[in-house]
Amino acid sequence: MSDKASIHAMTTLQVRGIRKSFGKRAARKEVLGGLSLSVADGEFVSIVGPSGSGKTTLFKVIGGLEQPSEGEIWVEGKQTTGERGHISYMPQQSALLPWQSVAGNIELSLAISGLDRKAAKLKTKEWLERIGLDDYADAYPHMLSGGMLQRVSFLRALLAPQRLMLLDEPFGALDALTRLQMQQWLMSIWDQNRRSVLLVTHSIEEALFLSDRIIVLSASPAVVLEEFVVPFERPRSEALWTNPLFNELKQQIYELLKAGGKEANE
Amino acid sequence: MAIRKSGWAKAWPPMAVLAGLLACWQAAVTWGKVDKWLLPSPLAIVQEAIQIWPRLMEHTEATVQLTLLGFAGGSAVGFVLAALLHLIPGFRSAVYPLLVLSQNVPIIAIAPILTMLLGYGLLPKVLLVTVVCFFPITVAMLSGLSSPDAQLRHYFQMIGIGKWQLFWRLELPHAIVHLFSGLKISASYSVLSAIVAEWLGTNKGLGAFMLISFKGFMPDRGYAAVFIIVTLSLTLFGLIVLAERIVIRWQPVKEVE
Ligand SMILES: Nc1ncnc2c1ncn2[C@@H]1O[C@H](COP(=O)(O)OP(=O)(O)OP(=O)(O)O)[C@@H](O)[C@H]1O
Ligand SMILES: [Mg+2]
Repeated sequence: MSDKASIHAMTTLQVRGIRKSFGKRAARKEVLGGLSLSVADGEFVSIVGPSGSGKTTLFKVIGGLEQPSEGEIWVEGKQTTGERGHISYMPQQSALLPWQSVAGNIELSLAISGLDRKAAKLKTKEWLERIGLDDYADAYPHMLSGGMLQRVSFLRALLAPQRLMLLDEPFGALDALTRLQMQQWLMSIWDQNRRSVLLVTHSIEEALFLSDRIIVLSASPAVVLEEFVVPFERPRSEALWTNPLFNELKQQIYELLKAGGKEANE
Repeated sequence: MAIRKSGWAKAWPPMAVLAGLLACWQAAVTWGKVDKWLLPSPLAIVQEAIQIWPRLMEHTEATVQLTLLGFAGGSAVGFVLAALLHLIPGFRSAVYPLLVLSQNVPIIAIAPILTMLLGYGLLPKVLLVTVVCFFPITVAMLSGLSSPDAQLRHYFQMIGIGKWQLFWRLELPHAIVHLFSGLKISASYSVLSAIVAEWLGTNKGLGAFMLISFKGFMPDRGYAAVFIIVTLSLTLFGLIVLAERIVIRWQPVKEVE
C-alpha cells in the first residue's frame, strides 16, 4: 500500500481506466474506451489524436465537469474523480471576461483557484511585467491581439496554485507564424516555472517541439495507441525542425494516426 | 469632441424632418381647411402652454413623480424576479409561462381593480406602472443571465467556480448589457402607463389634465400636455442611454455609420 502511495506522490496526474459514454440505449456511444495515462511532476505531456476522438471529453473528466462511467482520476496523490478545482486550464479561445481589464481577469481567476486577493495582485503585476505586457494591465481584452490574448490566458493558467495545467489546443486559433512564436515563448516561460502540463494539440510538430512525452490516441472510443518519449535536450531551438530524428518521429506518429483513424472508420 | 460631432451628425436629420412636419402642420391649420377646434396649430399650442405654464408644471411634477416611482419599482421587481427565476431550480419553468400570460391582461382592465382594492391614492397608480414596467426588464435580464458565452462558462467551470461566483462574476455582468435594453423599453412604458393611471379618478398629473382639456373642448391645452409627455418620455430614454454608456465603458466603440 505504501508503495502505491509513494508513486502517487511523484505523479501529478493519473488517469486510470477511464470510460465515458454519452446517450442512452441504442444511441449510446462510447467516447473514452478505458483510457490510462499519467503525467509526472514537472513533466510536459502532449496528447495527439484524430478530431472527435474525445480529447476535450477527457479534459472535462479530469476537470470534474463530467463523471466517468468507469475509472478514476488521481491528482497530486488524491482521488479527485468528479471533483472540480484541482487543475488550472487554458482553452483554445482565450476566454477572458470582456468587462474586466487584463490584470483584473488574471486576478479573478487566481482568486477562484484559491489564491488570496493580495498575493494574486502581486503575482499578476510581477508576471505581466516579466512577459512585457505591463502596459496592457488596465486594457480591456478587445484591445489586444490574438497572440497577446493567448499569452494572458497562458499566464493566468500558469500562475494558478494547482500543479497540473491542462491546455486544450491553446494555439489552434492563431495564424501559423504567431503560433510558432507562441510555442517558443511558452517554452521559455515554462522553463522558468516548471509545472506539470497536459497539452492537447493537432500539430505533431508542436507536440514534438514542446513535450517530454507524446501520447497518441485512437479514434473514439479513445484508447492509448502508443507513447513516444521525446529525447531532445532543453532548451530547444528552431534547429530541431531539421533534425533527422525529429522528422522520423513525426513520420512515425503521422503513420500511427492515419492507421488508427482508419481502423475506427471500418 | 469627436463624440459631440458625431452625435450632432446623427441628430440633425430627424430634427430636420420633425421641423418640416411641424411647418406642414402649421401651414395646414393656417391656410387649410383643418378645424381649429379639432387640431390647433403648433404655435397656438405653444402660446397656450406659455399662458398656463405654472399649472402645466404642477401636473408635470405629479406625472414625473408617479413615473419615476413606478419605473424604479418595476425595475427592482423585474431585476429581483429575473435573478430568482434564474437561480432557483424549477422556478423558471413553473412561473415564466404565468408571467407571459399576465402580460395579456390589458392595463385598462387592471386599473379599476387596483383602484377598487387600494382606493384613489398614489399607491394603486404606482403599482399599475410597476406592473407594466417589470416585464420587459425580467425578460431581458433572463435572456442575459442564461446566455453568457459558452466558452467562458466552460473555462470557469474547468477551474472550479461555484454557482454563486458564476452568477456574480459571469452571468450578472453579462446580463447588464441586456438589462439596459429592457430598461429602455420600460422607460417608455412607464410614462405611458403613468398617463393611463392618471385617467382614473384623479385630477392631478398630465394624464388627468389632458383628459379634462379634451373633454372641455380645449384641445390646445390637451396638445400642450401631449408635447410635454413626449418630452418626458424622450428625456427618460436619454438618461438611460447615458447611464448605459457610463456603466458599459468596456465595450468596443462602435463606428457611427
Ligand atoms: N455532452 C455530450 N453529449 C453527447 N456526445 C458528446 C458530448 N460531448 C462530446 N460528445 C461526443 O464525443 C465525441 C468526442 O468529442 P470531443 O469534443 O471530446 O472530441 P475532441 O477529441 O476534443 O475533438 P476535436 O479534436 O475536434 O476538438 C464527439 O463525437 C462528440 O460528439
Ligand atoms: Mg476538442
